[in-house]
Amino acid sequence: MNVRLEPRENASVGLRLCVSLAAGVAALLLVAIPVLLAGRSPLEAYALMIQGAFGSMFALSETLNRATPLILTGLAAAVAFRAKLWNIGAEGQLYIGALAAVCVGSGLLQLPPALMLPTVMIAGFLAGGLMMVIPAVIKQRFGADEVVITLLLNFVVILFIQMLVEGPLKDPLSMGWPQSVPLIAEAKLPKLLPRLRMHWGLIVGVVAALALWLMVRKTVLGFEIRAVGENKAAARFAGIPVDATMLKVALISGGLAGLAGVGEVAGVKGYLSADLSPGFGYSGIVVAMLAGLSPIGTVLAALFVAAVFVGADSMSRATGISSYIADLVVALSLLCVLVGSFFLRFRLRFGQQSVGA
Amino acid sequence: MTDTPVLLSLSNITKRFGALTANDSISLDLHRGEILALLGENGAGKTTLMNILFGHYVQDEGDVRVLGNGGLRALPPGSPGAALRAGIGMVHQHFTLAENLSGLANIRLGTEPLVSFGREGAARAKVQKIIAESGLDVDLERRVADLTVGEKQRIEILKALYRDAKVLILDEPTAVLTPQEAEGLFAVLRRLAANGLGVIFISHKLGEVLAVSHRILVLRGGKTAGELETAVADRRAIADLMVGKAVAAVVRTPANPGEVLFALEDVSLHGAGGGRALSGVHLTLRAGEVVGLAGVSGNGQSGIAALISGLAVPTSGTMRLYGDTVTRPDPRALVAKGVARMPEDRQHDGVVGTMSVADNIAIEEVRSGAFSRMGLLDRKAMRERAASAISAYDVRCQGPDAEARLLSGGNVQKLILARVLERGPRVILANQPTRGLDVGAQAEVHRRILAARDRGAAVLVISEDLDELFALADRFVVVHAGELQDAGPSDGLDRGTIGLMMAGQGPAAAELAS
Ligand SMILES: Nc1ncnc2c1ncn2[C@@H]1O[C@H](COP(=O)(O)OP(=O)(O)OP(=O)(O)O)[C@@H](O)[C@H]1O
Ligand SMILES: [Mg+2]
Repeated sequence: MNVRLEPRENASVGLRLCVSLAAGVAALLLVAIPVLLAGRSPLEAYALMIQGAFGSMFALSETLNRATPLILTGLAAAVAFRAKLWNIGAEGQLYIGALAAVCVGSGLLQLPPALMLPTVMIAGFLAGGLMMVIPAVIKQRFGADEVVITLLLNFVVILFIQMLVEGPLKDPLSMGWPQSVPLIAEAKLPKLLPRLRMHWGLIVGVVAALALWLMVRKTVLGFEIRAVGENKAAARFAGIPVDATMLKVALISGGLAGLAGVGEVAGVKGYLSADLSPGFGYSGIVVAMLAGLSPIGTVLAALFVAAVFVGADSMSRATGISSYIADLVVALSLLCVLVGSFFLRFRLRFGQQSVGA
Repeated sequence: MTDTPVLLSLSNITKRFGALTANDSISLDLHRGEILALLGENGAGKTTLMNILFGHYVQDEGDVRVLGNGGLRALPPGSPGAALRAGIGMVHQHFTLAENLSGLANIRLGTEPLVSFGREGAARAKVQKIIAESGLDVDLERRVADLTVGEKQRIEILKALYRDAKVLILDEPTAVLTPQEAEGLFAVLRRLAANGLGVIFISHKLGEVLAVSHRILVLRGGKTAGELETAVADRRAIADLMVGKAVAAVVRTPANPGEVLFALEDVSLHGAGGGRALSGVHLTLRAGEVVGLAGVSGNGQSGIAALISGLAVPTSGTMRLYGDTVTRPDPRALVAKGVARMPEDRQHDGVVGTMSVADNIAIEEVRSGAFSRMGLLDRKAMRERAASAISAYDVRCQGPDAEARLLSGGNVQKLILARVLERGPRVILANQPTRGLDVGAQAEVHRRILAARDRGAAVLVISEDLDELFALADRFVVVHAGELQDAGPSDGLDRGTIGLMMAGQGPAAAELAS
């Protein structure tokens, strides 16, 4: 018997789903090893994780609350990566979006209440979008690599935010904490249910995913983004404005990350601080990769990642296993998905070894 | 040839892609020192068969056996590594070289550890020996990116020979070569065969098949249609086997030129690499006339094509469309005004492989009312247009939703023709319009180009095939070193004159010499 790899000409949707599921299962099996080494039962640990993530209304709310920014940063990465625009800067764009929300929504600007929230969201979207359009323009003009620019901008933005919340934007009533002035009530995203943290940002995320999905399949812009992402030379030859399409992608991608920032400020915290995001921007990349860059898949992947983190937190409180286990699950899932995508391109064949030539 | 031992034997190879049987129980033997030509219509299954032989695809049935020590041995399917070790070398139509490495580094790549100081000398000696034996002359030290297409192909062949290939497979090797380069290649192949190599080569050009091969195998619809000794074959018999009927030659009636639709006036193009530079070019395309652009490739053809395609603007001089000056390059605007453009490199510039046939047919006009309304795609219209194009241009594929990358080379070209010719364009840039097409499809394209002319379109045909130019062109222009010369109406012209002008001699000098 020998095993061979054969290139697969086509992969069906069903197969893709199976591979994603198999990757998730494989990751959980692998994580069982360190849990066993820690002297705990993996089954018990997983049961506790599931309970911690979905076991009560409160748990579910926490999971959805955590998933909300991940959906938006995941979409930001997915839409950019499809067009082969490597936006690694969702973290910075998230903060800039949050900053815009605070600037517009903390009472400086007087607007009718009904207009306040939409204005905050649009401002956050545009600010985040601009943060991505600038690197995209620099790339087009000077050929500078957007990976480096967007990555480095993340650090610049965080320092800038730190400066602001220690200085000009600092809330005089914060008793010395480095946080900004709070949003006024009209600028806040309403809670979905009383006494639970999950908020309307979740609906924004899901709607954004549906809109992106429709855009890719049904609109001219989606068509052009696909063409530019898959074969720039052919797109240019066919008359698709490659640079302009890239800028639109940059605006949408950065804007979605900006909305994630709006959600955290206007839906959860109510003010801006330099610890607003525990790396939602970076996790968004993982979420998008887990989802195979599909918009609807991004929602599911964000839920999965959020559930792993929330569930691991509560499991670790109950068992004493470190909550770093969550990072392990997510990282291994990503690895398994990458291995899985290999099997989407190749098929294993088992056969009798013929006489080697 | 049947007296020499069999090097390679395929028996009853069958390969299915879903409902389509691309290879249906095909058998063939290749002998030592034999050059076997593989012929067949576009989509007949030639490339698929070679991909199976080389281990890129796994056959559903049948097996491949190669001469090893002591006899024919079965080759494990689906393993390019095993195929290489068994002495099968393949030169794909799309080269697989690392552009920024030298020729020598490319030849050695994959055969030895990357860091192997000291052995470079031995490797070079081995390559030099192969060059001396085969006549594959090429500068090994230059970066592959700086080589011409013909030179890159030599590197590919050297790479195969360096790995001690016993069988060399070439998939449409001459499609991208100039006629001179093709002649050089044939001389090499003959020498290699004389030294005992077995060669399989795929081509749509019957002339070269008759000139270089010993035996011809014809595929049709995935099946073996017949096998001929080249010595007793003629074009007629081959075409019969390929399409099942004789291909009617296309007759060009006298042209009836009208107003000037497109013009380049004293146009220069600078700072463009890759043989695109032009200086002081005058070109007029008239309604109802086909102009043939002859020239050795790399002399400025791509510059002229880039201008008409809307990918470049003149550095100086004026470009006019219907009398109006075109100031900004904009493919979309040109398409909307009725300019049809065929890209020279269809895989690279012509189609988005992962998008569907329907998408690729609509791609130039997605923003027009034909395929979208208020930013929303009209999928139904796109699919209908694709379905009619598929049947009108005989694009062999599994339907409008099939991904373009799954089409055979010639069928991609047909797709592009369908895309640009179906809208009734007024100016047509036909850049290598029949490259990679089978004889039947070639005649069909010629017929369509002449029909467009008779409808009143202005056509510029760029081709390296003088036969094609003489079949289509009413008037010739010749490009050499970025300068364009008028060679006048095609009826008074002969190949000698054109050939001299292509070599850079003025029409007057060419006239005298001929
Ligand atoms: N991976 C694939 N999946 C589905 N269909 C395929 C695939 N590869 C090839 N085909 C189909 O198989 C048929 C044979 O293709 P192949 O590339 O072998 O043709 P060919 O004889 O080389 O044609 P050409 O002269 O145009 O290069 C075509 O109809 C093609 O669309
Ligand atoms: Mg082929």
